[in-house]
Amino acid sequence: MTDLRKKSLRGVITNVIMVALLIIVIYILSVSLSDNNYRLKLVPIIWHLCIFILLGTSLNLTMGFLGQLTLGHMGFMGIGAYTAALSSLALERAGLFIAKTAPPLQLIGVMLGCSLLGAIVAGIISLLMGIPALRMRGDYLAIVTLGFGLIIENVIANLPFAGGNGLAEGTASANLYQNGLGINSRLQAQYVYFPILLTIICVAFMFMYTTSKYGRAIKAIREDEIAANASGINATYYKILTFTISAFFAGLAGGLYAISTSSLTTGTFTFANSSIWNSTFIVVMVVLGGMGSLTGSIIAAIGMYMLNYEIKNGAWVAAMPQFLQSIFAFPMLIYAFVLTIVIMFKPFGLMGTYEFSLRRLLFRKSERAIGGEAK
Amino acid sequence: MSERAIVLKTEKLGMMFGGLKAVNDFNIEILEGELVGLIGPNGSGKTTVFNMLTGLHIPFEGEIYLMGKRITGMKTHKIIEQGIARTFQNIRLFGEMSVLENVKTSFTKDVKYNLFDTMFRTPKYFQIEKDIEDKAMDCLRIVHLDDKAAFQAKSLPYGQQRKLEIARALATDMKLLLLDEPAAGMNPTETSELIACIYDIRKKFNITIFLIEHDMSLVMKICERIQVINFGNTIAHGFPNEIAHNPDVIEAYLGEEAVENA
Ligand SMILES: Nc1ncnc2c1ncn2[C@@H]1O[C@H](COP(=O)(O)OP(=O)(O)OP(=O)(O)O)[C@@H](O)[C@H]1O
Ligand SMILES: [Mg+2]
Repeated sequence: MTDLRKKSLRGVITNVIMVALLIIVIYILSVSLSDNNYRLKLVPIIWHLCIFILLGTSLNLTMGFLGQLTLGHMGFMGIGAYTAALSSLALERAGLFIAKTAPPLQLIGVMLGCSLLGAIVAGIISLLMGIPALRMRGDYLAIVTLGFGLIIENVIANLPFAGGNGLAEGTASANLYQNGLGINSRLQAQYVYFPILLTIICVAFMFMYTTSKYGRAIKAIREDEIAANASGINATYYKILTFTISAFFAGLAGGLYAISTSSLTTGTFTFANSSIWNSTFIVVMVVLGGMGSLTGSIIAAIGMYMLNYEIKNGAWVAAMPQFLQSIFAFPMLIYAFVLTIVIMFKPFGLMGTYEFSLRRLLFRKSERAIGGEAK
Repeated sequence: MSERAIVLKTEKLGMMFGGLKAVNDFNIEILEGELVGLIGPNGSGKTTVFNMLTGLHIPFEGEIYLMGKRITGMKTHKIIEQGIARTFQNIRLFGEMSVLENVKTSFTKDVKYNLFDTMFRTPKYFQIEKDIEDKAMDCLRIVHLDDKAAFQAKSLPYGQQRKLEIARALATDMKLLLLDEPAAGMNPTETSELIACIYDIRKKFNITIFLIEHDMSLVMKICERIQVINFGNTIAHGFPNEIAHNPDVIEAYLGEEAVENA
């Protein structure tokens, strides 16, 4: 009894400290954002980081926890982005909503509603794809999902209402996306807590998912699918469920992307390109952070994005010899290099399957981890 | 005695691999609470029988009934739900997961909380998780692994890995337990521990056990009835002392332990 009470007391203490930390972070953030110079730099970084964290953690569900290599994650982000953009545009065309003048509650409602719609559409399409695709394993699944990703990209590019070069310059949509959901930098700064809170909620959900019976089931499938089935786990069901949830969050990330950019092009949602917006980058992120560690994906997302940001904007790059600068023009080269180094020294990524836990940090000595992650 | 229900019954069960008939006309009836052994030389088709019983192979011909219900061709996880559990000849644990988590996975099918409970950690979630943990620890206690609960499964020594597989199978709450060479690779001490363990399980759960084993002394000691197959065909079935003196069996095992035991 006293033991139980001690445990729940610790839970309460952990939660209080967590909320306190969150308030401190938000306070620091709001102070830094009140400075004009910082705001200009920070706001786009925050939006992008939230998107990459969502992409990395959600891909980790299928790649790390379920152990299925999928290479078309950005396809689902694309579906989410275009769905969110087009649905908000429809609202605007119907005269129901103008981003620039919308009252805060309405704008938040539209941002949330359209992003969720994008996530749901991405989820439904991934469900339809997952049912046949997840019968395959390993390299075959990788190839199939790669193909699906490219198909999604091409289908969107050829939709008359979306257009080849995206909504801004699309064939049938000269100024389709001039307004719509793509909010300007002033509004992005004003609503910067929107992506932050959304990301926190989503990552919390994924964490809860991986530490419940669902997490146990998908890890068991990763370890040995036959044994998982023989333990009464419906492997097909859990695989499809996880694949769908993963795509749902990628779609949501797409919604955030549509909000934070002024134009969409399908080239963003492809397998590989010369920027960091592609499926390969996300795969590298997951491997680097540790397959099976959401914490790792978050660290890798922040680290890799900031590295890329430095390469693009840092003064030290401009001071480098010309030939090095030309290498830096292709960030994927750098990431291939970083990945090779990390895998050489830490084959399971930076974090392996380790998850950060505030509770463990606070009560490390007195708490035995029975039932938690394996020792 | 004669009132006992038939737990498992197969009719003319057969399996083909390419042109090879791995199992042919396999018939067996196992009564509630019995401990039946399946023996035969290497490659005679024993594991294949288990694979058919648990849906890993879809039988080429024949029927399987569990408690009178036809389960032929069902998916593996459905069959497990019906009440069969098994271990594997070449151990298949969830190596990266903890010993406790390995056992907990077997409760997945019975867990009644949903994504909502998972996200908001409702009282129902905590209650169910606590129940699972208690039940899983009970299963570990039976095989004397409760003190290893937090260890990584793959870090256990071989004999304990086999026991963990048994604990994981027990956790599915089965009527019929299939053990595929549970004593393989064990030393005599481990084997006698295992025998004690099997007796314990029978006493506590009153379950039916069907086991494959190469260790003849073990089979002769604990099995109530034995069925012998060779090249996929049943060559004998009966009580241990009958089997030990059966000339066909002795011939099939010529040069092996069976002759010594005979
Ligand atoms: N999946 C499969 N595909 C093709 N052939 C198979 C397959 N599984 C088993 N066999 C063949 O079927 C025959 C019976 O194999 P099985 O594993 O059932 O034998 P066993 O009696 O369990 O042998 P052991 O004592 O070595 O475990 C063997 O000839 C084997 O090569
Ligand atoms: Mg075998």
